[in-house]
Amino acid sequence: MKAPKNLPTRQSDFATAPTLVTFEKISKTYDGHTHVVKNLDLEIRRGEFLTLLGPSGSGKTTCLMMLAGFEVPTSGEIWHGEVPLSRKPPHERGIGMVFQNYALFPHMSIAENIAFPLEVRGLGRAAIAEKVKRALDMVRLPQIADRRPNQLSGGQQQRVALARALVFEPELVLMDEPLGALDKQLREHMQYEIRSLHMSLGLTVVYVTHDQTEALTMSDRIAVFAGGRIRQLADPRALYEEPADGLVATFVGESNRFDGTIVSRDGDTAVIATRGGTRLEAFAVDIGATGPAAVIVRPENVRIGAAVDGLRDVITGRVVDVVYHGDHLQVHIAAEGLDVVAKQPTRDAEAPTVGSEIRFGFLSRHARAYDPARTDH
Amino acid sequence: MSHNSMPLTTSERLSGRLLAAVAVATAIFLVAPILAIVPLAFSDGEFLVYPIRGYSLKWMEAFFSSEKWAMAVKNSFFIGSLSAALATVLGTMAAIGLSRTDFLGKNVLTGFVLSPLVVPIVIYAVGLYFFFAPLGLTQSYTGIVLAHAALGAPFVVVTVSASLSGFDHNLMRAAASLGASPLLAFRRVMLPLVLPGVVTGALFAFAASFDEVVTVLFLAAPEQRTIPREMFSGLRESLSPIIAAASAVMIVIAVLLLAAVELLKRRAQRMRATA
Ligand SMILES: Nc1ncnc2c1ncn2[C@@H]1O[C@H](COP(=O)(O)OP(=O)(O)OP(=O)(O)O)[C@@H](O)[C@H]1O
Ligand SMILES: [Mg+2]
Repeated sequence: MKAPKNLPTRQSDFATAPTLVTFEKISKTYDGHTHVVKNLDLEIRRGEFLTLLGPSGSGKTTCLMMLAGFEVPTSGEIWHGEVPLSRKPPHERGIGMVFQNYALFPHMSIAENIAFPLEVRGLGRAAIAEKVKRALDMVRLPQIADRRPNQLSGGQQQRVALARALVFEPELVLMDEPLGALDKQLREHMQYEIRSLHMSLGLTVVYVTHDQTEALTMSDRIAVFAGGRIRQLADPRALYEEPADGLVATFVGESNRFDGTIVSRDGDTAVIATRGGTRLEAFAVDIGATGPAAVIVRPENVRIGAAVDGLRDVITGRVVDVVYHGDHLQVHIAAEGLDVVAKQPTRDAEAPTVGSEIRFGFLSRHARAYDPARTDH
Repeated sequence: MSHNSMPLTTSERLSGRLLAAVAVATAIFLVAPILAIVPLAFSDGEFLVYPIRGYSLKWMEAFFSSEKWAMAVKNSFFIGSLSAALATVLGTMAAIGLSRTDFLGKNVLTGFVLSPLVVPIVIYAVGLYFFFAPLGLTQSYTGIVLAHAALGAPFVVVTVSASLSGFDHNLMRAAASLGASPLLAFRRVMLPLVLPGVVTGALFAFAASFDEVVTVLFLAAPEQRTIPREMFSGLRESLSPIIAAASAVMIVIAVLLLAAVELLKRRAQRMRATA
């Protein structure tokens, strides 16, 4: 197994990789009038770990199902390399799939479950036994071949499902919230296992989740879905630090939001008058020259106390609560009628007293201004 | 009952006894006519009447040595098995189709498929007669098997639908994603999991054919007579206790079928518990 550290940085690794799957102007409607996927273009690169992230009902599962062949696009075409998939039934697509509820065959033993795709492909007994054994070793469950699915824990069942989806060596594997049914600790462990299988086997993975932490930690690229469209497709760092629109900014990671109107705009810089009456200089991401704006600031970029010296815009508020999180403090500040959250590393924070007046502010490049119409979903 | 250890009031105890009495009375009402015929099978008299003066096995022997009755038994099993097989295939396919998705007219179609359960059998038989006559299917095994298959299929639809209601359709998707064609996925995944429902339905379909007499009256030639049909003419012609012997044999077969259904139900419950 290749150690993760030996890999080049994620961005440079996959930016140039060839395209494996292309969604070309894909639309989907179930009932004939509401489109749950709208004119969607997407390129999946060979070897990448692509996550579809987005609020409930945004069309993630639908996209995955169309790629797997269980739903038919209303219009558009999905290409697997040079092959159009529209006329290819699911069982001929050779795409591995892992389901949230595992979908193990309850009447078959674990070994029979994993042997299933190999039997279907007409492999010989000896070859099947060998591959089943290797697959079970791969997911570190060598001792359970003869058990039934219902005799395993959730985490074990999901690892068997993973082994079964990988044993026939598909180049593309789809996973729809595979860890959704597991508790937090097991989920983190499985995230690591899936990630290392992805790297050691050179798989292309399309992964659906609505857990943004999971998306950030596992993915090479993340596509943020909302209302059947992709709002942004970027690597985790770009997505978190440079969200392209307000929805992405508020959906991925935590954020403070100040609503206001644009006073002036000069290139990348805009001055926003907030509803609370403060003028903020902000980085203009997704706004015009006039009109309403939502200024979004990450809690870790909110400075308090002495750190505000030298900032252009400083706001005064009152400390409502200080919550200790071990590695950081969360300071809740009442200001402008809002609850502003500031995250301070524990080691260099002088914990402010609750009830005291506090000054806070942020660099103007950390205050990102968006169109509020494209912020709510 | 969930009364556990709570002491019962007098009125509760009374109503409990009343309930038990009504239950026993109902059971007797249901079973007594069936049991009443059995002793006559072992009568040594010449007529199908009570009181029984002496007991013997002569009517049983007569039943098992008669060529006419042997023919009837053979016909009953032949027609029963073929029509049950046909009903099982058709009923299973219908149940799967009806369970898959919601589509326009699904309720109408379901009612249509289940209609043989409620349409008066004599109307069905007369209709069949006029439908089959120009096709040359009256007085033929084919005609009776088709008629009975249609009567048995609703039972299969009902039992298979019940099994399918607990079936996770994601398993079929999983099978497809692993490379199994729809037919293979059905054979390896769906069928084993709904098998108790399929077999129960088949047994019911067999039973439905086995005791059916009206369509046979309309459609069967003399050489296609089944046990109930023979009994029917026996009742009109001779009224001999051999009819009671035939009844006893039929009751034994019916009990065996019921026992098989019960066994299957237990098995299905066990499978569901482990699924
Ligand atoms: N089989 C179906 N028939 C009708 N409507 C459907 C069907 N499947 C999904 N939808 C609708 O399509 C929309 C998108 O659903 P989809 O399952 O793709 O969302 P999702 O992003 O996976 O959501 P979640 O995070 O809740 O799983 C939803 O509004 C849903 O109600
Ligand atoms: Mg979903």
